[in-house]
Amino acid sequence: MSDESALLREPWSNFGRQREAGKFGIWVFLASETLFFGALMLTYTVCRVEHPEAFAVAGRETNIWYGTINTAVLLTSSLTMAIAAQAAEESAPLRRLVLACLMLTAMLGLAFIVIKGFEYKEDIDKQLVPGAGFALSQPGAQLFYGFYWLVTGVHAIHLSIGIALVSRLFWVLLRRQLPAKDNPEIEVTALYWHLVDIVWIFLYPLIYLPGRAS
Amino acid sequence: MTDALLAGELPLPPRPDYLRHGSTISSWLATTDHKRIAILYAITITFFFFLGGAAITAVRLELFQPNGWLLTSDTYNKLFSFHGIIMVWFFLVPSIPNTFGNFLLPLMIGAPDVAFPRLNLFSWYLTVAAGAFTVYALVAGGVDTGWTFYTPYSSMFSNTHVFAAAAGVFVVGFASIATGVNFIATTHMLRAPGMTWFRLPLFVWAIYATSLIMVLATPVLAISLLLVIAERVLGLPIFDPARGGDPILFQHLFWFYSHPAVYIMVLPAMGVVSEIIPCFARRRIFGYDFMVYAMLAIAGVGFFVWGHHMFVSGQSALASLVFSFLSFIIAVPSAIKVFNWTASLYRGQISFESPMLYALGFVGLFTTGGLSGLFLASIPVDIHVTDTYFVVAHFHYIMVGGSVSAFFAGLHFWWPKVTGKLYPESWAKFAAILMYAGFNMTFLPQFFAGYLGMPRRYHTYPAEFQIYNVMSSAGAAVLAIAYLLPLGYLTWSLFYGGNAAKNPWGATGLEWTTGSPPPPKNFDRQPRVDRGPYDYHAEGMSAGTDPPEMQNARETR
Repeated sequence: MSDESALLREPWSNFGRQREAGKFGIWVFLASETLFFGALMLTYTVCRVEHPEAFAVAGRETNIWYGTINTAVLLTSSLTMAIAAQAAEESAPLRRLVLACLMLTAMLGLAFIVIKGFEYKEDIDKQLVPGAGFALSQPGAQLFYGFYWLVTGVHAIHLSIGIALVSRLFWVLLRRQLPAKDNPEIEVTALYWHLVDIVWIFLYPLIYLPGRAS
Repeated sequence: MTDALLAGELPLPPRPDYLRHGSTISSWLATTDHKRIAILYAITITFFFFLGGAAITAVRLELFQPNGWLLTSDTYNKLFSFHGIIMVWFFLVPSIPNTFGNFLLPLMIGAPDVAFPRLNLFSWYLTVAAGAFTVYALVAGGVDTGWTFYTPYSSMFSNTHVFAAAAGVFVVGFASIATGVNFIATTHMLRAPGMTWFRLPLFVWAIYATSLIMVLATPVLAISLLLVIAERVLGLPIFDPARGGDPILFQHLFWFYSHPAVYIMVLPAMGVVSEIIPCFARRRIFGYDFMVYAMLAIAGVGFFVWGHHMFVSGQSALASLVFSFLSFIIAVPSAIKVFNWTASLYRGQISFESPMLYALGFVGLFTTGGLSGLFLASIPVDIHVTDTYFVVAHFHYIMVGGSVSAFFAGLHFWWPKVTGKLYPESWAKFAAILMYAGFNMTFLPQFFAGYLGMPRRYHTYPAEFQIYNVMSSAGAAVLAIAYLLPLGYLTWSLFYGGNAAKNPWGATGLEWTTGSPPPPKNFDRQPRVDRGPYDYHAEGMSAGTDPPEMQNARETR
């Protein structure tokens, strides 16, 4: 009960209701995010329908190893995040598990960004940045890489925000400024984290698989 | 005998209202009280309103003469672009939702605050930051793309400050999303006991429907502007035809937001008018359920009509046909609302106080704007009048005649509640009539000029259109006075106006059952609701915060 009173915020008088509102609010926000990435994927689809061959050629230039390893890293981070969220709701005291999983999640997110950095480096070396001196000759190939840089950049910004949120949560719980048990912020952060992962699950086939199936 | 004594309780000690609860600068700038945030928004959008108004004043002065006597083409382009950007994103979109919505939504549903008060404050700071970007774009030399940022001009050719202006709109979009999320969660989670969905005042429904559009449409605007910024700054070729890109794609993304955005601007106005007309006709609103479904239908169908902005863009004939059909369909719920407001007046005891004058002005101007919209939904007529002053007149009838009239209606209706002060009623009536007259003088001639072929966005024009432009500019001067008048007498009322009672209009609704101005947490006791809205005449009283037998006791004494 003391946990709940420490977590209660204005304007709520009932902790259960506050939790529910937090979850509901983040779901509404995630709907908005879906439209955000949806519009980008629509842009990709339109361009790909207009230039199928160029997209296949450009897709083959991506480094599927970086992409696949990163997918594995991000999916694992979703697992640790889910464990943290579940552990916080158990009746048995699992505070150390929550903290460990939050730290792992942030580290895996950071690992994704680092691997992505190596991939960006390689792309720049291969002159895959649209503009003068672009490596591929097909006009649509520049579109593919326009989309590639923009969407992976926007995704990386989302992921960085996620890492900041998870790290902050870890720090606050570690310092015992807030109780871990039933803390609604854990689940809200987890929902956001999972969305960033799901977006990547859509981006992986859009970026790395064109031109590789045939 | 006070209500508390009637209920057998000791009277509560007098407490400072939300305005006098703290007077330091930080008690305002760090507040999480939805009422104070509403005031912050009101100050911000008033500033932007007069900024956008100043830009268009120069444009209207220029158009007195057909030969471009005052401004260069460049300056002219920058002024109307700035006017559009400021008025759409920094006045109209936040106007009613972020001021009255913020102030009234928790009061109307009997809640102490919005669901996420800190997010609410954050949203205001985002708006201010975004406004700073946009004002910087003006100060640094302006932007000349029009408010629509059409590619490839905006992405490849314009050498003005597109980046700063687009970044401003991008950021204000996130303020809009945050507000939308907050209002949706508040409506779902914080309604008082007994406040069922179909007992909600129509203003709450309007804000709810608006928030749905804000949350689902604004991210697409963010993407379309992000793509323009990416092309300008990073050289990504999304809209560059030379590198395989598609400039028309921008129009699809942009109007996917910007057509629903029309409903972001007009649905809250409909909500305001739906509160005012029953109050001054002393009648229950006609067809409450239909009003709710009509608003939700407008919000839903509004997402599928964007192509009517693109009849001349080269989209397929089939697409044009479908978009034309859907645009006619969306007129149906709008017409239902006009019929229901009119029917609510039937056999009412109508009194013409200033809020009612503004509200009736809204109905007339909205109807004119809506009917001229049907001309534009019809493909052959639209091709004739595309990019003419006919379109300019049409959307100003909806956005200025409709939304701004309703904004002033709400401002006068809830002014006593917000400030606790009474304004001089005869001045207010005079301003309302002047605004209606000035508006029609300004924009009616533009229908004629446009139909005769005068294109928009040019600062010189053939001499035969001068008569319409002189009429329009003269009307704009009247309109400007009508907008300045409330600034004067409402400010005067803050210092010298009489104190307002709890419920000066005898209106229903929970916001009238608490003090004027309300206390910091809105209600001294948790309100309970036991009847629907607009219950004029049933028991003769509003839904109260106390049990029915007690309300009856008060009414009979």
